[in-house]
Amino acid sequence: MRYIDEFRDQAVARGLAEAIAAAVEPGREYRLMEFCGGHTHAIFRYGVPDLMPANLRFVHGPGCPVCVLPIARLDQAIALAERHRVTLCTYGDLMRVPASGGRSLLTAKAGGADVRLVYSTQDALALARREPDRQVVFLAIGFETTTPPTAVALKAARAEGLTNFSVFCNHVLTPPALRAILAAAAPDGVQIDGILGPSHVSTVIGSRPYAFVPEVFGTPLVIAGFEPLDVMHATLMLVRQINAGEHRVENQYTRAVTEAGNAKAQALVNEVFTRRAAFEWRGLGWLPDSALALAEAYADLDAERRFPVEVAAAREVKGCDCPSILRGVKRPTDCRLFGTACTPQTPLGACMVSSEGACAAYWSYGRFRAAGRAA
Amino acid sequence: MCLAIPARITAIAPSGQEATVTLGDVAKVVSLALVDDVAVGDYVLLHVGYALSKVSAEEAERTLALMVEAGLMEAPPSAAPSPTDAR
Ligand code: SF4
Repeated sequence: MRYIDEFRDQAVARGLAEAIAAAVEPGREYRLMEFCGGHTHAIFRYGVPDLMPANLRFVHGPGCPVCVLPIARLDQAIALAERHRVTLCTYGDLMRVPASGGRSLLTAKAGGADVRLVYSTQDALALARREPDRQVVFLAIGFETTTPPTAVALKAARAEGLTNFSVFCNHVLTPPALRAILAAAAPDGVQIDGILGPSHVSTVIGSRPYAFVPEVFGTPLVIAGFEPLDVMHATLMLVRQINAGEHRVENQYTRAVTEAGNAKAQALVNEVFTRRAAFEWRGLGWLPDSALALAEAYADLDAERRFPVEVAAAREVKGCDCPSILRGVKRPTDCRLFGTACTPQTPLGACMVSSEGACAAYWSYGRFRAAGRAA
Repeated sequence: MCLAIPARITAIAPSGQEATVTLGDVAKVVSLALVDDVAVGDYVLLHVGYALSKVSAEEAERTLALMVEAGLMEAPPSAAPSPTDAR
């Protein structure tokens, strides 16, 4: 398909691999964090680590929305569906994520809760129109990429006067998470020499919000597309900056990302949402100004207000290293449960459930066998 | 969840709010609520039922040319391994 096949071309990849090998300086370490799970996935699926010189490695970041959702929020969603008997709709990624006590949305559904999978916020709206006697709650999750579609749905619900639609909002913001990772010092932190910046998040927010990365932390950042050639090209751009002692925001993904981003989407998001004072991220803890809630003007469509729930303190799965993996401090192979108790068929943690999770990427593409080198 | 796929617009509804796109052999109806100024023939990134942004043909060409050029600059060619689809 156009814009996919040409960015997977093997001959061009070979050239880029040679260029990277020639560019790296011996004796220097290049530890590059790819923020997005989409990049982690591309890196392993196409065997990019095997094409890299020994002194360059990828550190996996927290950019997997399902993985960073704290278990407490998932417990609340399950409680909301069970106690208020609403119809809870969400994207498929979330269905099998383990909540406290070995539960999940899927087990709640099996137990009689009305949990439904939707592909789009449009499907959730259509459900609310079709079943006016049911309260339909959309369990919203995702980074800046996925937030505008939720905003569109809320605006439509308001315009139509739909009284049986509301949103349980878990949308989070990328820049505060990047800041938290860069600010963390050892032993909680990880040394990072450059960052592969988000692809599709950046189509929405543009390249400007990353300016603090070089300014405050002196770290270069290159926004990269999700195809393997994009990852390699951005890697080369990072190596060149590191060699030159520079730190700038560069944009490799110019075919979809501009400096200003998508103004229409940003305006919608600003109208419908407001920033929360703080929000909990799995692995990163409570981060200030890092998530969105419904704005006051949309408070009546806020499921948190319409259907309040109290839940007991969340329980993390014992032995699951997701929190450290999300900070880039550990690798999936460092987890004792990886590949034994925890596999994609029997996932114990979110990082194994989601296709954007690092554990799933290691498992699916068999790279864990060469983990000493590949990670 | 942040994945978005390039798709070509084949028709736009009279309302201007929806478009039909093709993804390989598959046709889909998507919302245009998040983009402005799209036309039949344009490529857009498709994300959870919405066109998220336009894909610029000129920029795609330019990026590909830069990638090819980067590979050519490094001489001499060695037997570097090529990427394999591990799936
Ligand atoms: S392998 Fe499973 S249990 Fe271990 S960190 Fe990954 S998701 Fe958690």
